[in-house]
Amino acid sequence: MTAISIRSLTKKYKDVTAVDGLTLDIEKGELFALLGVNGAGKTTTVKMLSCLTAPTDGDALLLGSSILTDRDAVKKVIAVSPQETAVADGLTVRGNLVLMCGAHGFSKKETDEKIEKMKDFLGIAAIMKKRAGKLSGGWQRRLSIAMALIGDPEILFLDEPTLGLDVIARSDLWDVIRSLKGRVTVILTTHYMEEAEELSDRVGVMRDGRLLAVGTPAELKEKTGCDKFENAFISIVKGAEK
Amino acid sequence: MRAFNFGKRCFKEVLRDPLTICFGIVLPVALALLLSAIQAKIPAKMFTPEKLTPGIVVFSYSFLTLFSASVVAKDRKTALFQRLYTTPMKAGDFILGYTVPYLPIALIQTAVVVCVFAIIGLPLTWRVALFVLLSLPAAIFFIFLGLLCGSVMTPSQVGGICGSVVTNLSAWLSGAWFDVELVGGPFKAVSEALPFYHAVELGRGVLSGSYDGFTLRLTVVLAYALAAGVLAVVLFTRQMKKQ
Repeated sequence: MTAISIRSLTKKYKDVTAVDGLTLDIEKGELFALLGVNGAGKTTTVKMLSCLTAPTDGDALLLGSSILTDRDAVKKVIAVSPQETAVADGLTVRGNLVLMCGAHGFSKKETDEKIEKMKDFLGIAAIMKKRAGKLSGGWQRRLSIAMALIGDPEILFLDEPTLGLDVIARSDLWDVIRSLKGRVTVILTTHYMEEAEELSDRVGVMRDGRLLAVGTPAELKEKTGCDKFENAFISIVKGAEK
Repeated sequence: MRAFNFGKRCFKEVLRDPLTICFGIVLPVALALLLSAIQAKIPAKMFTPEKLTPGIVVFSYSFLTLFSASVVAKDRKTALFQRLYTTPMKAGDFILGYTVPYLPIALIQTAVVVCVFAIIGLPLTWRVALFVLLSLPAAIFFIFLGLLCGSVMTPSQVGGICGSVVTNLSAWLSGAWFDVELVGGPFKAVSEALPFYHAVELGRGVLSGSYDGFTLRLTVVLAYALAAGVLAVVLFTRQMKKQ
């Protein structure tokens, strides 16, 4: 079943076309990675799909609801973990999770239940009383993902979730993301080739706002005749330059 | 429910900042004690509790603008705002959440200042209760001014403009600790054109039982509160769409 159906999605800023006629279908429960160099249009795509930016042209249906005409319905089924760590520094970890539950309109009982569940799922029980602003980068990212997941989204956007993390923190977050596969439809944007290859069911390669190739990491390697996924990516992006 | 939850978060963020207590409560109280100590040494009745209480209360409210604007401006700068925009929260939830929590803070400020002056000699009569009630429009004006500034300024601009310009304007142009009538001229004209002076004089009138110009003063303060509120909502929703 299709979770996200994108049709000719376009975003223009004056003379610059950030996303150019993107058409793509993403299946329910799929983990789809958007890969591209800086300025490829990945973040703009996520912003349009999460109703943060209105498209200049085209549309997308998220579980049947249009990002143009049914934004309230879209907002009920999505969650976003933005590129920068989006936590309230002055609140405790628990306070941040309560804030998100409130934003979704959950009752006190629901809030307590969801926080309890999230505590175990993400292993954040030990830091519940700590101020978010005092946490390390890795824990802040983990909290950021917990804040996105606490609303039980059906579609989750992870924008560069492991950017700037050390190897261990990245590996821990990969475990979390892996555990979502099949349950939640995840759109992951990343610069890290190994991350995309390791986690994704399918990968879309973008450049200058256009989708150059879509397929599983193995398919893209086969298509380009490369042994390594990184080389396949370079071949696709450089091939589009010519 | 969503607005209440978001408001609770803003309330906590403000109260957890020690500068809030320092600027919003300690500084006005220190000023009240200092001016009262001066009054005890001079024969002229310049700083009586009835005259000073409204001035100090309005001065303390000017920090509400700083607190409110700081939270909004900081939030706008962070990705937390983007995250919240993708939830089912509506513009009204944000606006209520950014304004309502400051009303209890304003009431705490008023209560502390009144208690200090009650110890110094302010008679605690029904007029004090009326004064507290009629101080609320001024508090609402300062809170909306904060939302307005936070919607268009960066955190550092908020620090400069709300932290110094608004507090100084409210301190000097309200006649909190001197008689604007005595200065006269353009200073008086500017003071009368702004709400600070009217807010202080309204309080003084209520505490002394003299209601000359009551309607005009209340109308000016309410009009400024309404104008600041409308402008704040327009600018906030505009930047929300832009963001």
